[in-house]
Amino acid sequence: MRLSGGLLPRIRSGLRVSMAENTETKEVDVLLDSALDSADDAERLVLNVAQEAGFQEDDLHKIGMAVRESIVNAVVHGNRYNRRKKVHLSVLHGKDRLTIVIGDEGEGFDIGRLPDPLAEHNLLQQSGRGIFLIRAFMDEFEVRSLSPSGTEVKLVKYV
Amino acid sequence: MNAKLSPRQVGDVTVIDVSGRITLGEGSSNLRDGIRELVSKGNKKILLNLADVSYIDSSGIGELVSGFTSVANAGGQLKLMNLTKRVKDLLQITKLYTVFDVFDSENTAVRSFV
Repeated sequence: MRLSGGLLPRIRSGLRVSMAENTETKEVDVLLDSALDSADDAERLVLNVAQEAGFQEDDLHKIGMAVRESIVNAVVHGNRYNRRKKVHLSVLHGKDRLTIVIGDEGEGFDIGRLPDPLAEHNLLQQSGRGIFLIRAFMDEFEVRSLSPSGTEVKLVKYV
Repeated sequence: MNAKLSPRQVGDVTVIDVSGRITLGEGSSNLRDGIRELVSKGNKKILLNLADVSYIDSSGIGELVSGFTSVANAGGQLKLMNLTKRVKDLLQITKLYTVFDVFDSENTAVRSFV
């Protein structure tokens, strides 16, 4: 697993995070390299938590794929494979939900300007389906810009 | 395991048995290169057998679409066979299931080429 050097201690277990209406336990908090292999690492880390949270095979596949698509977006479109930039992954497990937060250090994007992959004239486009699939597979999906730069996506799947 | 392609000839149709994962990186480029090579050799009837494809991401879907259009642009046809439930579901939610000709039987699929 290619975790950033010296950052292994950031994989935490049992750190309780108080939320306004819910209590979630932070199971994973890591920095990943801006490389495609990070998608495999992230998928594995998240699925370990998701399995323990009791998700079944079909949901595990959806969660894993949503994580993979998000990490690929962060590495390819956000950090543009820049090895000096990192991808931040955290996973929180609450009583009724699994929350995955993925942040990059890129220039950001306007989600409102993404083309609709289901539009007739876009059906045969080679790319542009990643965020559509994330939305289809997760129960909640949010995007926010980070200061001074970067994008953070939050994915939630209800248990 | 990244996608592995094993082409075989059935009459004038090239059947490609694809196995493994078609994800961004080696998996998707293997598929792209394999189809491109067949088209460059003049193979215009291509049937992808996806029975042993364990995982496909949006990049892999993109390569299927790209293969479909590049074969069509060369005057040929690319069709799909033996989709797993997950691949079928993905093609349905992306509205691509009706774009591709999809078959469950190799005999029927081979005979469908004109």
